[in-house]
Amino acid sequence: MVPFIIAESHEIMNADQDQIISQVTQTEYKYGFVTDVESDALPKGLNEDIVRQISEIKGEPDWMLEFRLKAYRYWTTMKLPEWAHLKLPVIDYQDIIYYSAPRSRQPLGSLDEVDPELIETFNKLGIPLDEQKQLAGVAVDAVMDSISVKTTFRDALAGQGIIFCSFSEAVREHPDLVKKYMGSVVPYRDNFFASLNSAVFSDGSFVFIPKGVRCPMELSTYFRINAANTGQFERTLIIAEEGAYVSYLEGCTAPKRDKNQLHAAIVEIIAHTDAEVKYSTVQNWYPGDREGKGGIYNFVTKRGICMGDRSKISWTQVETGSAITWKYPSCILRGDHSVGEFYSVAVTNNHQQADTGTKMIHLGKNTRSIIVSKGISAGLSNNSYRGLVRVSKNADHARNFSQCDSLLLGDRCGAHTFPYIEVDNQSAVVEHEATTSKIGEDQIFYCNQRGIDTETAVGLIVNGYAREVLNKLPMEFAVEAQKLLQITLEGSVG
Amino acid sequence: MSAKSSIPQPMLEIRNLKASIDGKEILKGINLTVNAGEVHAIMGPNGSGKSTLAAVLAGREVFEVTGGEVTYCGQDLLSMAPEIRAREGIFLGFQYPVEIPGVSMVNFMRTAVNEKRKYLGQPEMGAADFLKLMRDRKALVDLDTSLANRSVNEGFSGGEKKRNEIFQMAMLEPKLAILDETDSGLDIDALKTVANGVNRLKNKENAVIVITHYQRLLDYIVPDFVHVLFDGRIVRSGDKRLAFELEEKGYDWIREAN
Repeated sequence: MVPFIIAESHEIMNADQDQIISQVTQTEYKYGFVTDVESDALPKGLNEDIVRQISEIKGEPDWMLEFRLKAYRYWTTMKLPEWAHLKLPVIDYQDIIYYSAPRSRQPLGSLDEVDPELIETFNKLGIPLDEQKQLAGVAVDAVMDSISVKTTFRDALAGQGIIFCSFSEAVREHPDLVKKYMGSVVPYRDNFFASLNSAVFSDGSFVFIPKGVRCPMELSTYFRINAANTGQFERTLIIAEEGAYVSYLEGCTAPKRDKNQLHAAIVEIIAHTDAEVKYSTVQNWYPGDREGKGGIYNFVTKRGICMGDRSKISWTQVETGSAITWKYPSCILRGDHSVGEFYSVAVTNNHQQADTGTKMIHLGKNTRSIIVSKGISAGLSNNSYRGLVRVSKNADHARNFSQCDSLLLGDRCGAHTFPYIEVDNQSAVVEHEATTSKIGEDQIFYCNQRGIDTETAVGLIVNGYAREVLNKLPMEFAVEAQKLLQITLEGSVG
Repeated sequence: MSAKSSIPQPMLEIRNLKASIDGKEILKGINLTVNAGEVHAIMGPNGSGKSTLAAVLAGREVFEVTGGEVTYCGQDLLSMAPEIRAREGIFLGFQYPVEIPGVSMVNFMRTAVNEKRKYLGQPEMGAADFLKLMRDRKALVDLDTSLANRSVNEGFSGGEKKRNEIFQMAMLEPKLAILDETDSGLDIDALKTVANGVNRLKNKENAVIVITHYQRLLDYIVPDFVHVLFDGRIVRSGDKRLAFELEEKGYDWIREAN
């Protein structure tokens, strides 16, 4: 926690409410450093040749190049979607570097061969790549810019038939699985950013849990953008066979830069009969400075399909970073009795914008979904929940419950809720609840009067508000996420 | 400041305190001295400025102090942030305790107790010690154990909220407790419980200012001094007999005299 500074608190006390809000400051973004490492990068810009070069660098088979080219050609016919409640800047796609890899001295393999500079970078981020030093029970795939640096515990996991490796390796070593599942949940024609990603994606994680296996540790991917002017386009593919279980977590940070950077990822999850996949995200991309300069544009397509009966996919996200977030982790509930869950805390401060939510597509009978979304807006930010619940004709007795809460800190930020409900089956039960609240001056004063300073009081109240979602995170990360909320909102008092 | 004198300094000294809200003057020159070990009652009709006085002493920002001085334990109270006043030992029992959804009483109190300890240079209290302290102090005001696990004041009945205020007072052990209409909305049993809790916390080192509209609370918390606040000024001071006189003659007596 922040050391208490009396002088500062006097300042806050003497200012009136509006002034307090205008003082919205942010603690220095902790992860804003740059690693000094040489990179091999392709030139700026996007064309067929660049797509071919990415594929060639990665030594890909023809079918993968074909997939990329189809996606690229399709993308050139597309326009940026405009339905989101976002002020979207014009992005010059020819001004972005699509492939940049930290140069390795040797081909990567064991930890000894990873550049010490990179090991140090991940240490600084709190992600030690040395298996001995890691959190017990968490395996990590560390991705910097366009490549995976190191995947830990893979040998231990392989003993149970679990595959946890970088996407590039999966293409080389498990082509049949990649061919079968890649694009099966998010086709390359899905949307503007999905097409872009399908053309130029460089790396990401691949997870395969075989039939009946309960993955004994948390799997996690840590995404780091380091190089300037570079976009990060990764793909994650998670396959849980019949009766399998896995809990997966992703984290992400980036250096502070004045120029915006693009991150457009795809995540696909396939859950077969009786399988369960829990996917948790703590998103902390650089959000830009107080004036809204810089920051990551985060345009992500995440979708899972509950293929088999009684399968379950659960998304939990804590979104605190990025200048713009555009993200709707969704579930297609195809198997009968399958379950989709979405738990979200999205925090925006200063000039951040978030348009996030989920889609729950009920196809199978007796399918259930639950949506809990907690938006927290401060500063001049805008925070929208956008969600679709669709019950198709055959989805007898489908049930959905949605709870969308907004908390406003100050009166210059915005909170919006856009729920879409489409029901084609009379037996469906769909419930939607929404609330909007503010942290009141009386609540803050009550805390102050008990000796709790304003910063700490806001932290208490916000964490209390988000508790229902934070409780869904794996324990080690719940604590981190709690601290993160406090830091993100530091100084933003309403 | 000069070296400590042998004459005990008053705990609280209010001199000609004036305060207003939205440009309207509410406190028009309050003078009051409170020593350690004393219980003061402040009575007065609605709108006389009783709650404003309590809020100004606690540091609520919506009130603007336009004149006067307040010295608390030798320090300039008015220059302190509200949380500093609290950590220095000033406690306000709220007339309308505030609900804070999602924040459990345990977490709230633990934060409050440890913030104060940090400020005083004491080590933070461990979980086991803290829970023991909570149990002891809950018993003092007959607070239902389950309330401690609920969110701060959320869904509490009127009586529970007031008992919860005294429970917090017991946890924080203030030097100066200001109880703002703690009796309002309480039935006679709850009133006794609350008064009993206050009496058991009372000692020679601390002081209590009881703000009330009615005399009945003073049957249970017996004041050393009674002050009558009217139109932003203390117009009468006396011992507990003044409270009875007020009860008998009503506030019109004061109105006519002023």
